[in-house]
Amino acid sequence: MKKLIALLLTCVLSASVLTGCGNADKYPNGKVYVYNWGEYIDPETIEMFEKETGIQVVYDEFDTNETMYPKVEAGTSRYDVVCPSDYMIQKMVDNDLLAELNWDNLPNAKANIGEQYYEQSLAFDPGNKYSVPYCWGTVGILYNTKMVDGPVDSWSILWDEKYADSILMQDSVRDLFMVALASLGYSLNSTDEAELQEAKELLIAQKPLVQAYVIDQVRDKMIGNEAALGVIYSGEAIYTQRENPDLAYVIPKEGTNVWIDSWVIPKNCQNKENAEKFIDFMCRDDIALMNFDFITYSTPNTAARELIEDEDIKNSDIAFPDLSLYKLETYSYLGEEADTLYNELWKEIKSN
Amino acid sequence: MRNAAKKIYITLIFIFLYAPIVTLIVLSFNASKSRAKWGGFTLKWYQNLFKNQDILNALWNTLLIAFLSAFIATVIGTIACIAIQSMKKRNRTILIGITNIPMLNAEIVTGISLMLLFIVLGMNFGFLTILLAHITFNIPYVILSIMPRMKQLNPSTYEAALDLGASHMKAFFSVTFPDILPGILSGFLMAFTMSLDDFIITHFTKGPGIDTLSTKIYTEVKKGIKPEMYALSTLIFLTVLVLLILVNRSPKEKDV
Amino acid sequence: MNKKMLSLPYLFWCAAFILIPLFMVVYYGITDKTGAFTLENICAIATAEHSKALWISILLSLISTLICLLLAYPLAMILAHMNVNQHSFVVLIFILPMWMNFLLRTMAWQTLLEKSGVINSVLEFLHLPALNIINTPSAIILGMVYNFLPFMVLPIYNSLTKIDPNVINAAKDLGANGFDTFIRVTLPLSVPGIISGITMVFVPALTTFVISTLLGGSKILLIGNVIEQEFTQTGNWHLGSGLSIVLMIFILFNMILSAIFDKDGEGNTL
Repeated sequence: MKKLIALLLTCVLSASVLTGCGNADKYPNGKVYVYNWGEYIDPETIEMFEKETGIQVVYDEFDTNETMYPKVEAGTSRYDVVCPSDYMIQKMVDNDLLAELNWDNLPNAKANIGEQYYEQSLAFDPGNKYSVPYCWGTVGILYNTKMVDGPVDSWSILWDEKYADSILMQDSVRDLFMVALASLGYSLNSTDEAELQEAKELLIAQKPLVQAYVIDQVRDKMIGNEAALGVIYSGEAIYTQRENPDLAYVIPKEGTNVWIDSWVIPKNCQNKENAEKFIDFMCRDDIALMNFDFITYSTPNTAARELIEDEDIKNSDIAFPDLSLYKLETYSYLGEEADTLYNELWKEIKSN
Repeated sequence: MRNAAKKIYITLIFIFLYAPIVTLIVLSFNASKSRAKWGGFTLKWYQNLFKNQDILNALWNTLLIAFLSAFIATVIGTIACIAIQSMKKRNRTILIGITNIPMLNAEIVTGISLMLLFIVLGMNFGFLTILLAHITFNIPYVILSIMPRMKQLNPSTYEAALDLGASHMKAFFSVTFPDILPGILSGFLMAFTMSLDDFIITHFTKGPGIDTLSTKIYTEVKKGIKPEMYALSTLIFLTVLVLLILVNRSPKEKDV
Repeated sequence: MNKKMLSLPYLFWCAAFILIPLFMVVYYGITDKTGAFTLENICAIATAEHSKALWISILLSLISTLICLLLAYPLAMILAHMNVNQHSFVVLIFILPMWMNFLLRTMAWQTLLEKSGVINSVLEFLHLPALNIINTPSAIILGMVYNFLPFMVLPIYNSLTKIDPNVINAAKDLGANGFDTFIRVTLPLSVPGIISGITMVFVPALTTFVISTLLGGSKILLIGNVIEQEFTQTGNWHLGSGLSIVLMIFILFNMILSAIFDKDGEGNTL
């Protein structure tokens, strides 16, 4: 036993040599705490930022807007830059959690991000005071052409018993309800209890057919031929097709959600100056292009889009769809009461 | 016949316990990034592992927290054992009851309760909060392994040492300590293992920019685990396995 | 150095990191957002979705505990009769898997159990029917048994090795057959180990949220999932705390049970 412990200690010590610590000199300009979606950035761009600015990036990841919010709100984790979606930004603005941006420090953001995306942002960020768009996209169905017969064009296929146990649904409250609300023809921002109850019943009826409620795992499972149909963000379409050519992405005809994920700075941040430097760096055209190549989510950075060499992708209908062709709606924050209602109904579905 | 049945039974249980571990080891050599596909044999994940600063940092945090929390818990636990031993029976029962709470309570409740405490104290979530939480749930394991040894002690040897002019400190270190040392060591080892494998409590007490292997894996689970992680686990597992074999082949130590 | 003084740092530690935090959970559990006293958060357990989650949690953890016990007892007996010198080796073989991260091991089961996973490929090769338990309660039970089995084996093994072989021999000398000896001597003497094993398995199984997420495909909501969600997603800490209080009542029951069988207060963990 003594020997075992001695050996253990040796291992711990050698591991410490391996990992090496002590990099205070490398970063003279402090730190920036970034809180972003999982695998939502090219790690190389972070290294470039650190090298160019001398600011150390402390990077953390979340998987849904809902898990991000309590952490920022409670103030237990003081981040400098966060990347929530539209409706969550609105909620943060409403609850006074965000700091106003100083646009003088964001020349790249002003020059490179397409005007239409700022206009779209007005819905949740009036006056464009708080947010800089980073990625956008739609939510649709990813399906395996070998397992699904015929073209897919409607959410209703997710209720088709032929595909029992081969359907993957999103494990986040808004994205799950969106599918039901859209197929019922209601607004994706419905707060009407009767409509929501109806959506709930529809989702409960669907539950026996669902293989699993997952978030980003849809990607891996679809690539691995584990499921035939999955609800997924459009940004994953290019990546998954690259890995498994049998997969196809479609925006259902009943309409869907169009979303924007934007950089914001929480009020309780520790270093706003570094935060703005980070945001502006990410808006540089070459950096935005690197990120687009890596994560394949549609970029609102029009300057970067011009730099895309592959013409197919540059004009891809999946990466840059013509929004006027589809029935689309952006989520908005529905208030605390509606939030509670959604959560309760969600729990009812899951516990059923 | 009966022996054969026993052997089969043990083998089956071992297959059950080690099947996932073998799976992970196999996956660490899988050239395909996806869990679901076998893409041929490769060692590239092992090479990438040593370039992946995030995973190495998480490993370092995990080991450091496991070591520090086990060490501090062992010190506090040993002192507590001496104190508990000298208490009246009723007080002892109460204190042992309290001691056992973090071990018997649900991890999720322990995690949440510590999170609430740290928030009220206005602490910055990070290394320190994780460390404090780990010490807290490690202490009962230490006390549990020391107490039985403590009970077997003959109090008169300690008193004899005092009579012979030794100070309390000296008497403790030369008489009591050697006798309870095996308990202390196994307590330390147990605490180290528990800390290493903990996810839930770390999940609730961690702050920005700090990850242990567990929390790192939990975030990766959602997006698909990076094969480097399999490589790292394989290395850790093999290291411990080799250590075990070494220890067991060496002449039997009496203290175990 | 007074021995009373020695207890002070530990008493302080207990108060600061065990009692006060628990008190905070209780405080949150019996107040609402405005800080006013309410029992609503605790009574919330009675709503359909919460009571169902609790019921499923209890059911699954009871089944897993039972399976663990049935698997572990024979195993512990076999191990206890093996060469005594190998004591530490036996213990370590069961602790060894813990060095491979628990989340990874559970994920590995996902790989094994998936529709086109390893087990099904083997079954298909052998022309046997496929095993479709991933994302069902069975998979969750399997995950629980897998993760908590060592906690059942070790205490039983310990209590069995503590039995004086002379007692067994005496029983046999007095004419008891193997079965009688087991029922009347071995089994009663190993009860403390069994009880401590049950506590060690039941509580983590009852309160887990990770196993159900990874192996249940989030289709089965356990009480642990509800509490975790209230804290990390919904942000209703008062409700989360209230439900935690309900959980603690079960755990308290468990603690009392183990205290009755463990009068010396030394536990039988390892």
